[in-house]
Amino acid sequence: MRITCPHCGARDVQEFTYLGDASPSRPDGLEATEAAMFDYVYQRENPAGRHRELWYHGAGCHAWLTVTRDTRTHAIEAVEPTKRPKAGTAA
Amino acid sequence: MRYSIFSLAAQTLAGHRGWKPAWRDAAPKAEYDVLIIGGGGHGLATAHYLASRHGITNVAVIEKGYIGSGNVGRNTTIIRSNYLLPGNTPFYEHSLKLWEGLEQDINYNAMVSQRGVLNLYHSDAQRDAYARRGNAMRLAGVDADLLDREQVRAMVPFLNYETGRFPIQGGLLQKRGGSVRHDAVAWGYARAADQRGVDIVQNCEVTGLTIANGRITGVETSRGPIRAKKVALAVAGNSSRLAAMAGMRLPIETHVLQAFVSEGLKPVIDNVVTYGAGHFYISQSDKGGLVFGGDIDGYNSYAQRGNLPVIEDVMESAMGLWPGLGRIRMLRHWGGVMDMSMDGSPIIDHTPVDGLYLNAGWCYGGFKATPASGFCFAHLIARDEPHPVATAFRLDRFATGRVIDEKGAGAQPNLH
Amino acid sequence: MSTKQPFRTADGGLIDRTQPQSFRFDGTRYEGFAGDTLASALLANGVRLVGRSFKYHRPRGILSAGPEEPNALVELRAGARREPNTRATVTELYHGLEARSQNRWPSLAFDVLSINSLLGPALTAGFYYKTFMWPASFWEKLYEPLIRRAAGLGRAAGHEDPDHYEKAFAFCDVLVIGGGPAGLAAALAAGRTGARVILCDEDFRLGGKLLAEKREIDARASSEWIADTLAELAGMPDVRIMARSTVYGVYDHGIYGVIERVNDHLPIPPAHQPRQRSWRINAKRAVLAAGAIERPIVFAGNDTPGVMLAGAVRAYVNRHGVLPGREAVIFTSGDDGWATARDLAAAGARIAAIVDPRPQIDAGLTALASRIGARVLTGGVVSAASGGRALRQVTIRDASGREQTIACDLLAVSNGWNPTLHLTSHQNTRPVWDEAIHAFVPGQMPAGLSVAGSAAGRFSLAQALEDGARLGSQAAADCGFAPTVDAQPPKTDPEGVALAPVWRVKDGKGRSFRGKAFVDFQNDVTDKDVELAAREGFKPVEHLKRYTTLGMATDQGKTSNIAGLAIMAEQTGKTIPETGTTIFRPPYTPVAIGALAGHHRGQDFRPIRLTPTHQWSKDQGAVFVEAGLWLRAQYYPRPGENDWLVTVNREVLAVRNGVGLCDVSTLGKIDIQGADAAGFLERVYINGWKALPVGKARYGLMLREDGFVMDDGTTSRLAETHFVMTTTTANAAKVMQHLEFCHQVLWPDLDVRMVSVSEQWAQAAIAGPKAREVLRGVVDAQHDISNEAFPYLAAREITVGGGIPARLFRISFSGELAYELAVPADHGDAMMRALMAAGEPHGITPYGTEALGVMRIEKGHVAGNELNGQTTARDLGLGKMMSSKKDFIGRLMAGRDALVETGRPSFVGFKPVDPNQRLRAGAHFIGVGKPAVMEHDEGYMTSVAYSPNLKHWMGLGLLRNGASRIGERIRAVDPVRNGDIEVEICNPVFVDPEGARLHV
Repeated sequence: MRITCPHCGARDVQEFTYLGDASPSRPDGLEATEAAMFDYVYQRENPAGRHRELWYHGAGCHAWLTVTRDTRTHAIEAVEPTKRPKAGTAA
Repeated sequence: MRYSIFSLAAQTLAGHRGWKPAWRDAAPKAEYDVLIIGGGGHGLATAHYLASRHGITNVAVIEKGYIGSGNVGRNTTIIRSNYLLPGNTPFYEHSLKLWEGLEQDINYNAMVSQRGVLNLYHSDAQRDAYARRGNAMRLAGVDADLLDREQVRAMVPFLNYETGRFPIQGGLLQKRGGSVRHDAVAWGYARAADQRGVDIVQNCEVTGLTIANGRITGVETSRGPIRAKKVALAVAGNSSRLAAMAGMRLPIETHVLQAFVSEGLKPVIDNVVTYGAGHFYISQSDKGGLVFGGDIDGYNSYAQRGNLPVIEDVMESAMGLWPGLGRIRMLRHWGGVMDMSMDGSPIIDHTPVDGLYLNAGWCYGGFKATPASGFCFAHLIARDEPHPVATAFRLDRFATGRVIDEKGAGAQPNLH
Repeated sequence: MSTKQPFRTADGGLIDRTQPQSFRFDGTRYEGFAGDTLASALLANGVRLVGRSFKYHRPRGILSAGPEEPNALVELRAGARREPNTRATVTELYHGLEARSQNRWPSLAFDVLSINSLLGPALTAGFYYKTFMWPASFWEKLYEPLIRRAAGLGRAAGHEDPDHYEKAFAFCDVLVIGGGPAGLAAALAAGRTGARVILCDEDFRLGGKLLAEKREIDARASSEWIADTLAELAGMPDVRIMARSTVYGVYDHGIYGVIERVNDHLPIPPAHQPRQRSWRINAKRAVLAAGAIERPIVFAGNDTPGVMLAGAVRAYVNRHGVLPGREAVIFTSGDDGWATARDLAAAGARIAAIVDPRPQIDAGLTALASRIGARVLTGGVVSAASGGRALRQVTIRDASGREQTIACDLLAVSNGWNPTLHLTSHQNTRPVWDEAIHAFVPGQMPAGLSVAGSAAGRFSLAQALEDGARLGSQAAADCGFAPTVDAQPPKTDPEGVALAPVWRVKDGKGRSFRGKAFVDFQNDVTDKDVELAAREGFKPVEHLKRYTTLGMATDQGKTSNIAGLAIMAEQTGKTIPETGTTIFRPPYTPVAIGALAGHHRGQDFRPIRLTPTHQWSKDQGAVFVEAGLWLRAQYYPRPGENDWLVTVNREVLAVRNGVGLCDVSTLGKIDIQGADAAGFLERVYINGWKALPVGKARYGLMLREDGFVMDDGTTSRLAETHFVMTTTTANAAKVMQHLEFCHQVLWPDLDVRMVSVSEQWAQAAIAGPKAREVLRGVVDAQHDISNEAFPYLAAREITVGGGIPARLFRISFSGELAYELAVPADHGDAMMRALMAAGEPHGITPYGTEALGVMRIEKGHVAGNELNGQTTARDLGLGKMMSSKKDFIGRLMAGRDALVETGRPSFVGFKPVDPNQRLRAGAHFIGVGKPAVMEHDEGYMTSVAYSPNLKHWMGLGLLRNGASRIGERIRAVDPVRNGDIEVEICNPVFVDPEGARLHV
């Protein structure tokens, strides 16, 4: 597989580390509940098809990327930096 | 017909015209007491034990393709019970004991061959970790031997002892580990279950689960609806997809694991050997092919195929461990998709839906577990209580924190 | 005709008759020519019997002239270079080649295990599943060893491969796979647009099927067209032609695996050259022009040496100048086989008969037959071939069922061709049946791949050239290269492609069984085996394959799958496509394991990481140990120290009583800066960071989000917005990735940046009561490092050696007065030497990881053995560090029932009741007087060491309710090392529990 890093261009998958589903978002703060955290840490949709997922370009720019990939065909539809620049600032 | 040297001899004289189908290619009935989804090793074993141990025979195993098309026919055929944690060890030991009597139980030669599984270690810390594991095994009544470098060399002299990057210091040996002819496991269980009246229904894909008032009443399939009092999922690799039909999410990701076989060779290695400094394990089949594999590719995939980085990693480990393999050719590589669970251990449990049972999360260790998985799943389905050796495999263990994390890798499936 | 090569034609062929090459097969010396394959050279010498089959040990010859060969497998080369199962049909002949037949004993001509053939009626498909079950113990003791010995094919070398291998990477616009007419046309069309093109062909000579044929292109011999095309391609700077290069696999996103056999055509590779090179080619587009593979027919004795594929016969005659036989019968179900009759006759063979099952034959063909004096039997079939080790006669059954025998030494069989579409199914897409050509053709394709010519089922030369030009041009256009002016595809001479395939010839009515008819030659799968599989319900094609082993041999069913399907279809009353499709997994042909490993073997298996102080350690006589990829100094033996423990004890005592020096550069170091840096640390560590003053260090513990401990280390605040974190050596990369995750994914709004500086700083620990005095010798004078000015846990940026920037931390793993001094990596070696010089008057002693480990156990610090991913902060006695005033990674999950319940194993120390006894890590704790079984397992020993200060072994471990059981006795049981000793549970801090020595 090759992943087109928005910063570095198309690179071999060996440069990247996979984490998993990008959709769960961490329940932050002291108010967060154990149940919500359990859901975030453990429960997965695990779809056969379109999957938004996190990859880390550890052997490149160290960016975390959100990759939209089909888990049946491995075809990649989109690659975006997970961290978006704050509104009004330069990237 | 019972299989034996006598029936084989008789059929040889008769030109083999008298052999019957190993199992009936059944059409689905309208209703069953128990419907098992998934005609892989675990599903078929479950059917056999339901019928033979619990007398429940109004059972169907429904399979979307042909039986044995999943991981029971795609693995590297290794059996062992060298586990560390108390949630696992008794279960896998139970499995190994069932393997040891399997052929007589199902009257099918699956070629269970206990030639030993040897895990190599390459550092003091790894030795101590294997000692901890070996001791845990011995306390659980499982055979384990900690070998030093010279004992390992005497067993497998052809490995790289002199110039390896990570010198071999010794190994943890389980003599009762070994390998089994994988396809025969599916066929043997299917035949045994069929002979007790279980319907094996192939080319029957489940398209929906019928649930009313929190209770399952049947399934929708490509061959029409089937009613059932109990429905059991044994579809590792696709567990999440089936669970989604019941509105459930699971602590599971689907990943691809590749495996490899070489061209046929005269016997070169008797045991199963695993490399402790890379992801690699190897054995030789009775037919002569070296069967080997390594790590999972590491990304969610339902594609049943992997990519070159892992292929090369496996070959590098092969050469790192055994430099005599250089001119041996890899004949075929393939991938299987598996349920990678959040702690690396399986689930055999009820679900929140009454009458719906779950057997999932086998990671890449499902083959060796086949007999005990079927045995314990059948127990759970028949009696509605977990079998004593499988009590830890609960679905709610992630919420309570009673995880069974052999590797200590945490809630990240691709690290287990 | 040469007497040396009795079957060599007088002239012709693409061999170099001026370059004779002698070789040995089974010890006998023969001669061939440059341009031969081992198979063609054997045939030139009249050698028919080349191998033995897998199960029945049947005598086997040469079936094909290509990579599909199931029979002619040999052990090539000798000694450590022995290559079992090598296909003679693709082995390029070289001077001095040595080959042996395999899977026979004692000799190829007389093989004892050919008795299996007599047992054949019992040894049907899957017979072993039905027997060998009684008595149970006999399987492993008797039956299986016998089966294992009989099975297998060639013998592995058994020695380290003396040759080496390379990996290479290439990028191109268009990859063309196959250098036959379609591939050459595709490369030419793409190359002319200016696209970057790579053309790979598995053969050592480009031209593909044209090399085996007498064809004309634009009214000239096709060889001229090949030469012109290659010349034009060679003149294109962005076109690369790779012969001897097999594209073996298609992977995601346009990645193609290729093996280039750089030096397999030489006895041994020249010095410093690889045997093979493994390429990963990244191609935007690819054109598959891999040709087609001819299909045999199943009939009794169809495996007899001398029965060959008709196209292969043409290859031997036309390309190699070899007559595979002098008295030939042609059995063909289509027009194509007739060309073999023509070419054989032209080369001087007699055509005894042409047997064509079709009732009507084109008049042109019958005219050909009469021209060459061949009998024609239309509507007939060959029902048997016989002769044992070499074909002697065939039995022909005519349309009315009458049989006759014809003596011959060659039977050329033609039954149409299967497109070589293997690569198209590598991504699990299935081929589809094309009834018009009676073959599977590519179905859904991997992205970016197109198929030209025979590989697409378009078998004529005209179609190949047309497809190649069109698809080559299209592939380049897809990459943005404008097509050149359309040249007319070249004109070709006419050819017949009509076909009515015959999958198998059954025994005649009322006739007795005449012998085995093979579907899969190598694995000895007969038509009867397929019938048995159908009878027993193994009807899906995958069941058929797995039950009978059809298609599982080294040729992966290239010549057998289709006949197997056809016979199964006949049994079940279905069509071939209803029965199933053939799907091929990578690799297309087997690939040497060494090639895919490249140079990653021996010491080069994985990179070696050396610290900046490595040379210094070496100079000190260090023994090194692997720590992940790092090599670290383990201990520094002195002359006369014969036991590592003696050395380690000396090093420990030197630190505790004087001063020692240890490299700790491998620790992970992460520089963290930004206005929110302290807030960021608050979220990743369990303890507080906001109140840490500038110039101070603090021990920190981080959890995974699931609440278990991830890593620990000290982090220092160098400025209000600047921290430097240390991690354990093992987790350096993991923690870096985790921090980036926390920042970029979880809290992108925090103003913080981080970078790994592990390799930028060399770091040393100076430990012992005299550490300060040593340090004074290297720290520049303006920095006050007195106990008052630079107390325990002070951390500052300083200079050393006259202005070299450095960082000094007063932290201690040993429990002594200790510092860690970091300098830019380039100065690491100088730092160690300067510290040694400064410490000389104080008896400074280098110490390694062993002594480091002893002292950390004496101090009860947790390390890798305790931070094993299964322990919580509470388990390790560090629960109190968890702040309740803030959120941090792992906080909620660490509160789950099972993680906080009493009775979890917790961290304590152990000492042997008998001080002479040795402790072992990995021992389990069992109550005194209780049976050593799982139910009584209360934990295990994580770390042990001998303390030269205490003069006994000490251990750390995790014990159920450990912290509340100090003073109790328990057993450390170690059955795998026959250990069972009593130990006393104690405080895990063995030395200076008050920590007074830290503060002096």
